[in-house]
Amino acid sequence: MTTAAAVEQAPPADEQSAAVMAMEHVTQRFGPIEALNDVSTEIHRGEVACVVGSNGAGKSVFTKLLSGVLQPSEGEVLLDGKTVHLTSARDARAQGIATVHQDLALVPLMSVWRNFFLGEEPTVGRGLLRRINLKLARETVMAALEHFGVEIGDPDRPVHTLSGGQRQAVAIARAVHHGARVLILDEPTSALGVRQTSEVLRMVQQTASEGTAVLFVTPKSGHAYLVGNRFLIFQRGRLVGDHHRSELTREQLTAAMVGFDEATRLERELVSQQAAALGG
Amino acid sequence: MNGQGTHEGWRWILRPELGSVVAAALLFTFFSIASSGQLLELKHISGILDTSWPYGVVAIAVGLLVIGGEIDLSTGVMAGTGGVALGIFATELGMNIWAALVLSLLVCLGLGAFNGVVTVKTGLNSFVVTLGMFFGLRGANVAVSKLVTGDALIEGLDDAPGYEDLEMIMASVLGTPPADFRVTLFWWGGFMILATWVLLRTRWGNWIFAAGGDPDAARAAGVPVDGTKVALFMLTAGAAWFVGVASAARFTSVQAGQGVGNELFYFIAAVVGGCRIAGGAGSAVGPAIGALIWGIAFTGIPLAGWGSDWRWAFLGVLLLVAALINHAVSRFAERETAQ
Repeated sequence: MTTAAAVEQAPPADEQSAAVMAMEHVTQRFGPIEALNDVSTEIHRGEVACVVGSNGAGKSVFTKLLSGVLQPSEGEVLLDGKTVHLTSARDARAQGIATVHQDLALVPLMSVWRNFFLGEEPTVGRGLLRRINLKLARETVMAALEHFGVEIGDPDRPVHTLSGGQRQAVAIARAVHHGARVLILDEPTSALGVRQTSEVLRMVQQTASEGTAVLFVTPKSGHAYLVGNRFLIFQRGRLVGDHHRSELTREQLTAAMVGFDEATRLERELVSQQAAALGG
Repeated sequence: MNGQGTHEGWRWILRPELGSVVAAALLFTFFSIASSGQLLELKHISGILDTSWPYGVVAIAVGLLVIGGEIDLSTGVMAGTGGVALGIFATELGMNIWAALVLSLLVCLGLGAFNGVVTVKTGLNSFVVTLGMFFGLRGANVAVSKLVTGDALIEGLDDAPGYEDLEMIMASVLGTPPADFRVTLFWWGGFMILATWVLLRTRWGNWIFAAGGDPDAARAAGVPVDGTKVALFMLTAGAAWFVGVASAARFTSVQAGQGVGNELFYFIAAVVGGCRIAGGAGSAVGPAIGALIWGIAFTGIPLAGWGSDWRWAFLGVLLLVAALINHAVSRFAERETAQ
């Protein structure tokens, strides 16, 4: 079992690798409100890019644009250097962009293997005799989980009997197995304890090291700093920081996530209150 | 991430049909003793099966629909619709029996599709949609029958060309009394095996579980949830059609008012058979056993010397007990999850 300390020794992202996905001058408006303002960035093979920022900073609009849920008002989304118009999450998935949402999209009463292959069931036989290849399905899911060092014992276990970390593992392994080149993880560690968090973070890192571009959305700077190669910092709809790991300390990242503006304002407010208290 | 290890011990309880199998065995034993062994006589065994099969055939389809997260209250009168349509096509219009069979099936499948499409497109509860269909057909079955044939009883099906074939495949009797068994028992068994195959071994079965268990997750995974549900409503209508035409073949006549109230028996059989009322879990064997339990009680209660009226009270108690067990198993599973 890998510990959090081992997780910290992240392999640096290959600077030479081409961008899998990119955004060029993307702006997203909802009526008069500008939710995302002129964002340009790239996501590379094999890196864990952490998307950080406070609520309403534009994190979720950014990921929805990449996962096909939203289409940009202005600007372009590129896949392998070519402009793409992702019409839906399904369309994006067909092109290798998978999103694992907080709710994981697993059916609790169904077995692990049934969930793993839901909508993509492997079959044998033809016509009326076409049936699910149970042996292949069970073996594949066990192998896919073992690959990530996850042991669940029995592929027929209903998902609701798994721990939170195991469920996250099933969702991630499913996305990777079905060909995700870009994996968007929406707050995967929010509801987990320390040990399960470290296991999920290890999976995140392993997924990236095997060539997938991972976009890790999290409000927790500690988790981001443990696995991130790059940090995309959002504030008020703008991408205000795009830093490589080497350019940022954990404290700077935390401050950035709270928002430099807000921190400064809070400090000023506090000072003026102290001054008023002393003066009175 | 180690397996929790505890799940192995209690997983058997999640076999959805287990409770119904145990209940059927206990009830059969109980009524055998209470009737001083009369229930074990061959003619009563034959009677139990003959009572059970029509409920069983539709209950299997209703079970799949319940697993898919919906309910159909029009299944009882839909059998009447199938019979009336067959009767009108074969007698008034003088069609060949096979043509009449196919056309009457299409009528029922069309009505089932209407139930399904209205439910998935409007987002209305299927309880309401199919309740409307129930009253619609309850009236229309009799009204159309009277309008076309002048009577609510359509007779003379045996004069239609090809009736002998229909009788052979849907109403013939194997063996001699007391050991006489209807050919429909084999259809019932066949449907049960087929439905189990579909549910456990095909992609479509996976989609049924997912559509009822968590429709949003199923859609996110690319499952055609709406299409799956519409097909399930067509399946329950088709099963009701089968019972309607099999009854017409047996009696050579059709009561246009038949089937009212049976929709509740089908639903009870499915729930007693372990299909989760909220959807997402269950089996095809369970509803068939649920129907068998009804047959055992229906035959056993008078044999035990109790008034026949107690059958209804029995049915009510049975439903409540089954629903409570259903609920307890769900809660147990949730508690195991929470650890």
